[in-house]
Amino acid sequence: MPVAKVNGVETEFEPGMTVLQVAERAGEEIPRFCYHERLSIAGNCRMCLVEVKPGPPKPQASCALPAAEGQEIFTNTPMVEKARKGVMEFLLINHPLDCPICDQGGECDLQDQAMGYGRDASRYDENKRAVEEKNMGPTIKTFMTRCIQCTRCVRFITEVAGVPDIGMISRGESAEITTYLEQSIDSELSGNVNDLCPVGALTHRPWQYHYRPWELKKTETIDVMDALGSNIRADARGAEVMRVLPRVNEDINEEWLSDKSRYAVDGLTRRRLDQPYVRENGRLRPASWSEALGVVADRLTAAPADRIGVIAGDLQDAESMKATLDLFRALGSANTDCRQDGMAVGGEAREGWLFNSGVAGIEQADVVLLIGTNPRVEAPLLNARLRKGWLSGDTRILSIGEAADLTYEVEHLGAGAKTLSKLPKAATDALKNAERPAIVVGAGAIAGANGAAVLNAIGALAKKVGVVKDGWNGFNVLHTAAGRVAGLDMGFTPADGGLDVAGMVKPGALDVLFLLGADEVDTTGSDAFRVYLGSHGDRGAHGADVILPGAAYTEKPGIYVNTEGRVQMAERVVFPKGEAKEDWAIIRALSERVGHTLPYDSLDQLRQRLMGDHPTFGRIDYLVPAAAFDVGALGKKGDPGEGEFRSPILDPYLTNPIARASATMAELSAQRVTPVAMAAE
Amino acid sequence: MSVRRLAKVQPDSFAFSKATMQKAEWWIAKYPADRRQSAVIPILWLVQKQEGWVSEPAIRAIAALLDMPTIRVLEVATFYTMFQLEPVGTAALIQVCGTTPCMLRGSGELMRVCKEKIGPKDQLSADGRFTWQEVECLGACANAPMAQINDYYFEDLTAEDMAGIIDDFAAGKAPQPGSRVGRASSEPEGGAITLTDPKLYDGSAAKPIKTLPNSAPAKEPA
Repeated sequence: MPVAKVNGVETEFEPGMTVLQVAERAGEEIPRFCYHERLSIAGNCRMCLVEVKPGPPKPQASCALPAAEGQEIFTNTPMVEKARKGVMEFLLINHPLDCPICDQGGECDLQDQAMGYGRDASRYDENKRAVEEKNMGPTIKTFMTRCIQCTRCVRFITEVAGVPDIGMISRGESAEITTYLEQSIDSELSGNVNDLCPVGALTHRPWQYHYRPWELKKTETIDVMDALGSNIRADARGAEVMRVLPRVNEDINEEWLSDKSRYAVDGLTRRRLDQPYVRENGRLRPASWSEALGVVADRLTAAPADRIGVIAGDLQDAESMKATLDLFRALGSANTDCRQDGMAVGGEAREGWLFNSGVAGIEQADVVLLIGTNPRVEAPLLNARLRKGWLSGDTRILSIGEAADLTYEVEHLGAGAKTLSKLPKAATDALKNAERPAIVVGAGAIAGANGAAVLNAIGALAKKVGVVKDGWNGFNVLHTAAGRVAGLDMGFTPADGGLDVAGMVKPGALDVLFLLGADEVDTTGSDAFRVYLGSHGDRGAHGADVILPGAAYTEKPGIYVNTEGRVQMAERVVFPKGEAKEDWAIIRALSERVGHTLPYDSLDQLRQRLMGDHPTFGRIDYLVPAAAFDVGALGKKGDPGEGEFRSPILDPYLTNPIARASATMAELSAQRVTPVAMAAE
Repeated sequence: MSVRRLAKVQPDSFAFSKATMQKAEWWIAKYPADRRQSAVIPILWLVQKQEGWVSEPAIRAIAALLDMPTIRVLEVATFYTMFQLEPVGTAALIQVCGTTPCMLRGSGELMRVCKEKIGPKDQLSADGRFTWQEVECLGACANAPMAQINDYYFEDLTAEDMAGIIDDFAAGKAPQPGSRVGRASSEPEGGAITLTDPKLYDGSAAKPIKTLPNSAPAKEPA
């Protein structure tokens, strides 16, 4: 490895690294505004100036200068110091002094670096330039006077999000960042530009003026808005979660976050269930815990075991599902299901329902076949990964299902099962000849009546083209719900002779239907006594006969398993609202009333039990390397039919009760989804 | 330079003329198929030739033609001041150089004439036939003061010359471009006064030399 000297200290570096990266490697912090390790290099802020020998006797922008063998890099000489101070003075010429009213105040790169390189007073007597505010959509608030033209937002939207909407128009002093004719940015990753902005030019519109960063209590936890389990930091003030920011996790979300994961938090304070309700004469009335649990227990014990059933929702933590499953099995019920979307997975080998290649691993695939999935709406950050692979020129992407704009080139083969059974030879050959072929299966393909047959056909195809081989497992199921894999891992599926979701909601099927946060199934046809345990007054609660108020994902510690099978632990950020309790505790209390007291009194004991029964849950933050399995045995042999694959997500911004309660999500849905849907008609 | 924005009033549509399209295709063919965007500046230029200015529908049409994001075309169109984002005079677009040499040689007078005969700077005249602008150095400083009118340089101008030129354009005539004091290019006004000896140019003044200076190898130090 080549060696350069940083302030006299010899430092090894990889060929191709820049001077800035070498200096970082040597432990020297280089101030920067435009440089970002995940974006292309722009080199336009000039803050990262260093002195380099050999070279011209002037400061050099270290972010754009390739490091070379034997180079001497100086980061703290008087010349560097003076150059950076000069750059800072120029940056501050037109930057307003409105830090006290700026949302970025307290977490602003410019503010921080001005502490190190700024002058105490300005030498500039002219008027500062003023720039008109720009509309960029519901997620981005602009204060363009504060902009220092680093173009991070332009590069992010163009490179990572793949929606080249932002640009810098005009030049010199009149340069402005804007979208074309101030149209809203149509990207599901738009919120990230606010994180990237080193100053307060782009800030989070939904949280504008809501908080100062130093007032917030920061908790590192896990996101549940999609099945990726993005790592987040939830910041709370008092009892309210004020914002959600991404945390770096190279294996899942890198450092990005989708708009839904980020901005749905205002839904945590609206339409909340904060006390138990019992239906009386057709109307719900507030009740005490003891009364509500008593009613539920009476119904559960009175009904025959095969006439009670439970559906687990999309946002459930593993602990509450485990407790519920244990309770219903103790009651003798086989009617348990966690697959609200009706995907025909579960039962067999764990690899049959996992995203085996891993979220990061999909970048390595050279040919990807998407079947019945639109990753852009189902898992925006996975889509960004696919785009990254495509951009590097190594990944070829084919699709069967809806033809959608995924921000990269997709060879659309057909709409549904018909295409799957008669795949063009070119496509099968491409998969067969690929070194690391991958198939991504979505709910659009394997949900519904033909689901099992379609899954079987996909499995057969996967086997034929060698998607699962030594050292590579490219069979991927892309889930849309954060709680699904945990449910499947613990067997939250119908036991022998049990009813599945579709069977349970049929009229006359059950006497008592327990909805564990299940809001995505239509239960209006069911005439069973419906109990809803959940956090929001949403679809599930509307028809319920008893409502047990539970905790939302920020209000309980919980284990979530993401679509690739990675077990992650979420933390409690704030306490449940009002009289609401953590879900597992409610089930535990109920179990006592029905005479089948669950054998755990604390969350730790419950987790012990969970990990004891299902060892996969014990491997926190660890992705088990996907093993080979018989992919051909998936599903059930049958006629896959000719149906078209349709993603179950009609509106990506309104997929769960929290998002449906969020004003921001409603606005995004109205702006981004409704016009498209109307145009399609 | 002020902030460059698209004109408030825009036409409903834009269509490439046959001739423009032909030339555009010639430009596009110069670049690899996946680098069509490289032709954006020539094509903006062609569109401006066709329409006189670059309109918003034209920007969209260019983006569609070159298969590039609209904002990228807008970036280019707003970056270069040679692209007119507002309609300009149909008879003449007068760009008076206002940079130091021209200013010292009387460009202020030219601008005064323009203002009197046409109206305020950067605005279409009342009859829509003239626009005048003050621009930065056009690189003809030896012939200051000067102005670019449509595609040609008019040099060594006086206020009277400018008035005459504007009148000619108004009358539908095409005034002769170039110097108003009879210079062919940037040679001294009134002819050369130094280096006039014809012997300098016929080779007769040249004397043969024995060796080229420093051509001998350096002496080794003793």
